[in-house]
Amino acid sequence: MTGYILKRLVSAIPVLLGISVIVFLIMALIPGDPATAILGSYATPENVEKLNRDLGLDQGLVARYFIWLGNMLQGDFGRSFALNRPVIDEVLDRFGATLILAGTSFVLCSILGIAAGVVSAARQYGFADKAITFVVLLGISIPSFFLGMMMILIFAVKLRWFPVSGMWPIYGDRNFLVLLDHLAMPALALAVVATGVVARLARSAMLEVLRQDFIRTARAKGVRERRVIWRHALRAAMVSIIPVLGIQAGFVLSGAVYIEMVFQWPGVGRMLVDAILKRDILLVQGGVVFIAACYVMFNILVDVAQALLDPRIKT
Amino acid sequence: MTFLTLPRHALLAATAATALALAAGTGSAQTPDDVLIVGQIAEPQALDPAAVTAVNDFRILMNMYDGLVRYKDGTLEVEPALASEWSISEDGTVYTFTLREGVTFHDGSAFDAEAVKFNFDRMLDEEHPYHDTGPFPLAFFFSAVQDVAVIDAQTVQFTLNAPYAPFLTNLAYPTGLIVSPAAVREHGADFGRNPSGTGAFTFDEWRSNEAVVVQANPDYWDGAPELQTVVFRPITDANTRTAEMLAGGIDLMVEVPPVALSEFQGDAFSVHEQAGPHVWFLILNAKEGPFADVRVRQAANYAVNKQAIVDDVLEGTAEVAAGPIPPAFAWAYNEELAPYPYDPDRARELIAEAGAEGSELTFYVTEGGSGMLDPVAMGTAIQADLQAVGFDVTIETYEWNTFLGNVNPGLEGKADMAEMAWMTNDPDTLPFLALRTEAWPDQGGFNSGYYSNPEVDALLEAARVETDQDERARLYREMQVIVHEDAPWVFVANWKQNAVTSDRVEDFSLQPSFFLLLDDVTKN
Repeated sequence: MTGYILKRLVSAIPVLLGISVIVFLIMALIPGDPATAILGSYATPENVEKLNRDLGLDQGLVARYFIWLGNMLQGDFGRSFALNRPVIDEVLDRFGATLILAGTSFVLCSILGIAAGVVSAARQYGFADKAITFVVLLGISIPSFFLGMMMILIFAVKLRWFPVSGMWPIYGDRNFLVLLDHLAMPALALAVVATGVVARLARSAMLEVLRQDFIRTARAKGVRERRVIWRHALRAAMVSIIPVLGIQAGFVLSGAVYIEMVFQWPGVGRMLVDAILKRDILLVQGGVVFIAACYVMFNILVDVAQALLDPRIKT
Repeated sequence: MTFLTLPRHALLAATAATALALAAGTGSAQTPDDVLIVGQIAEPQALDPAAVTAVNDFRILMNMYDGLVRYKDGTLEVEPALASEWSISEDGTVYTFTLREGVTFHDGSAFDAEAVKFNFDRMLDEEHPYHDTGPFPLAFFFSAVQDVAVIDAQTVQFTLNAPYAPFLTNLAYPTGLIVSPAAVREHGADFGRNPSGTGAFTFDEWRSNEAVVVQANPDYWDGAPELQTVVFRPITDANTRTAEMLAGGIDLMVEVPPVALSEFQGDAFSVHEQAGPHVWFLILNAKEGPFADVRVRQAANYAVNKQAIVDDVLEGTAEVAAGPIPPAFAWAYNEELAPYPYDPDRARELIAEAGAEGSELTFYVTEGGSGMLDPVAMGTAIQADLQAVGFDVTIETYEWNTFLGNVNPGLEGKADMAEMAWMTNDPDTLPFLALRTEAWPDQGGFNSGYYSNPEVDALLEAARVETDQDERARLYREMQVIVHEDAPWVFVANWKQNAVTSDRVEDFSLQPSFFLLLDDVTKN
């Protein structure tokens, strides 16, 4: 197993290098430079040139890439000029907030999605199945940012059950309950689509498994139905559900961008959008590489989990 | 029904979580007394006035710092602030300021002539030990400054390399706010997160992406503010900012989207409006294509229904513009100038005279950007108006930075017209940088439409060195008449900045400078 994990880790290195090259090139090639973004109306060629010099952007493309990569390997991600603080501080601050949001959503969509799928499959074509399929379709079809705005309008502005935006109140204690209060709407809005996808997949995976011989054998041996479904069938179905959960983790992470904008969640998605609009090159690059690294690590974890469930995969 | 066990647990857990969240019940919390919570449009870049460029940051800074001079309440005219008086030499190159006595920075250090010199040397002198605490993108506002000399502790003298009339208004701009040298020495490049000035509010804390908190300065030289605390919250999404205002999470909201204004009718809120130094216009390519003919440029001005754009697209949040200088600069504005009326028949006549019927036009539109209001909807309305008088208009839409990258180098060979908007601190700035012959893009200016009229050039050069305010105003008025007639742009709108306050907030008014001044505001 250790060998397998090591092999996967080594294979992640070229992936991350590739990502660093791509994000660097994108930021270098998109029109508009940071000096123009900062100066706005006052961006005369003279002012732009001077500011670019002050920002260290007057060097060649290749030189800039290797300086950046070299610094990053030593743990220095540079300084964000739009926020005037080290990139790594900002990214870590923001990433914590995104992890709380995306993590909660991921847990929500996994539990609700699998539960809905299993119930659907066990009651194929029954009332529960039809109701769940309907709700799932609805969930998949509503854009999450629209759902978020509607939730704000109903539950925050009209009913005043939840705060409109932010992760913490401006005043008062910061405890788990307060966090939950702020987290409820964005996490739910973010989880809805992913829940739908997981539910549909879990349903078909379960139907597939329930038709197999060992299920019939289990039933014939008099195992109780609840045990047949949740122990025997679900465990077998998890082999095909888990990779999808891995993909959904990425989906939830990228979907967080919209939700963070709508709910003003101080996460990494909103940071990246702002940074791209301001051409805050180092913050975009550092942020993307960091997120990509986390995503690659998560996928390795998923693969390892899958290998543990199904030894045939480890080859 | 046995298989329902797990979902039932999940359901229970979810219900419990919701109940807990509801029990926490902070959703409808009212904001505390004596604390004003302001909904800002973005996270500030830094709280160092020399280092920032955005109005969003200025809104905070103007409450924490003072300049040598400031805009008089409700106007764009200069009055004393940290300097109690000043004199200008005959030739307009030496400005001598007498400083207010007994003023200290929030960190306890004294405000004196040395501090003023430190501020300007830090920005302008590349050899200054703290020049590396920049960059200072707007330092060129003071590029005419040759030398800053300390005469005595309360007297400081600026020597300019040439007469430069906008110097005083530039000092009133946030780039001219005075920071504490002691704090810069202590914090270096991190001064922007550990600010210290002389203003009505002192810095308390900056929670990244959540809030900047400032506290009343009881020793403020101009009288301690009424509010105890002000919290600036960055809420980038305009819809969310509106929702926060409606839900009572903030007391004051700036830049209300026009479509949301109707939500705030009624007693619970007050809507504030103030015209500012802003012009929204279309740059016309006067070098080539149909707009090289002045009649076609005038025709475009007649063809566009500006009143409809202002009323319907912008929901009354702007006024129709008449020329290149916004009316907010009351002293320099030419009252006699009337906007081009909406007259499609006159436009068709002029187009026929010029033989430009059916011309194909390429129109650069941006998706959004500083001061651009609602550029896509406005661009579409303009396109329809121009089509109606016989042009064939193709819109090309770009993201803001890409747009600037296309427009600023000039429209030649690319487009016939482009949207643009400016906010400035002096009537000099926009015409000087965007209408002179020497401001063509190849010479480093913003005259992207290649307008050229020697008379206008001469008037602008003369106004720039004229220290007599009345004479300066006369020159600008004359310039406006010529530019109006030559129509290098389609003059469209002057934006009225807006804000909403809750019914607990009193004594608040917006300034024509677009700054947010909170030292007189009270809250019940």
